Amino acid sequence: MSDLIKLVEAENAARRADHPEFAAGDTINVHVKIREGNKERIQVFQGLVIQRKNSGAGESFTVRKISNGIGVERIFPILSPNIDKIEVLRRGKVRRARLYYMRGKQGKAARVKEKKK
Amino acid sequence: MSGIIGKKIGMTSLYMEDGRSVACTLIEAGPCVVTQVKTVENEGYNAVQIGFGEKKEKHTTKSLLGHFKKANTTPKKKLVEFRTFEQPLNLGDVLTVEMLEVGTFIDAVGTSKGKGFQGVVKRHGFGGVGGQTHGQHNRGRHPGSIGACSFPSRVFKGLRMAGRTGGNRVKVQNLEVLRIYPDKNLLVVSGSIPGAKNSYVIIEN
Repeated sequence: MSDLIKLVEAENAARRADHPEFAAGDTINVHVKIREGNKERIQVFQGLVIQRKNSGAGESFTVRKISNGIGVERIFPILSPNIDKIEVLRRGKVRRARLYYMRGKQGKAARVKEKKK
Repeated sequence: MSGIIGKKIGMTSLYMEDGRSVACTLIEAGPCVVTQVKTVENEGYNAVQIGFGEKKEKHTTKSLLGHFKKANTTPKKKLVEFRTFEQPLNLGDVLTVEMLEVGTFIDAVGTSKGKGFQGVVKRHGFGGVGGQTHGQHNRGRHPGSIGACSFPSRVFKGLRMAGRTGGNRVKVQNLEVLRIYPDKNLLVVSGSIPGAKNSYVIIEN
C-alpha cells in the first residue's frame, strides 16, 4: 500500500487502540452512541462475536444476541465513531474464526466454552 | 474557475463526525508550474498552461525544452490549459494544493480505465434478452432487435451497440474536499475518480 494512504489512515490507529483485543467467540458489550434529534445517548448491545471481517480501514465485526427469542445480529465497523467503547465480558474457546453455526443453535446448544488461561 | 493537475494515488474510507463512513480518493496534486500565459494579442485567446510531474531532460524534445526554459522550470510530463483562471498568473508561478480549501467542492477530470470490446449489457446497461429458463438457451446478453422492417429499411445512426468501452475523458462533478496535507501535496476528496492509480487527474474548482 502506498505511504500516502497509510498517512491518511494513520488517524485510525488511535481509535483502534481505544478498543480491547477480542476475537470470535468472545462475549462483549458494545456501547453505541445513538442520536435522537439533538440528543445523544448510549445504548449497550451485548452479545457473542461471531466474526471479525476485513482489515485496515474497512474492518468490521458481527455481534449476535438473542432478543426476546429472536436472533439479532449487528455489524459494527471497528473504526466507527459511533462506538463509544467495547468491553470484553468473557473469552470463548472456539475452533473457528467464523461462528456461523451459532445461527442454527439455541438454548443450551448455543453455549461457548470459556477459554482457560 | 481555477485548477491544478494531480496523480491518483488510491482509495480508502474516512469517518465523518456524524458517524458516516465516506469512500474517498487520494490525489497527489501539484506543485504545478505556469508554463505559458496565452493572451488575445499573441494566441487569439486567453488561457493559462500549467505543467505537472517531472520528466528527464533526455526524454524531452528540444522544442519543448525551450518552452520550459522560458518559464524557468524543469521539464514537465503533463501540460494542461485552463481557459479561465480566477487569479492572475505569471509565467513560472507555482500552484499548490493550498489553493483549495477543505469543505469546498471540486470537479475531477480523468481518463477512465479501458475495458476493451464490450457487449451492450456492460457498455450501455442493456438488460439482455429473455430469461434464464423457459427453454431459452442463448442470446442472454444480446442487444435484441436493432430496428424495424421495410420501413425504414436501415439502422438508425447512433444506435447503441457493442464496441470499445472505457478509456474516455470523464468528468466527475461535486466532490467534497475532505482533507489537505500541504507538506505532502496530498488532497483527499470524497467519492471515486475515473482512471487507474498513477493516472493524471485535472482538478477544477
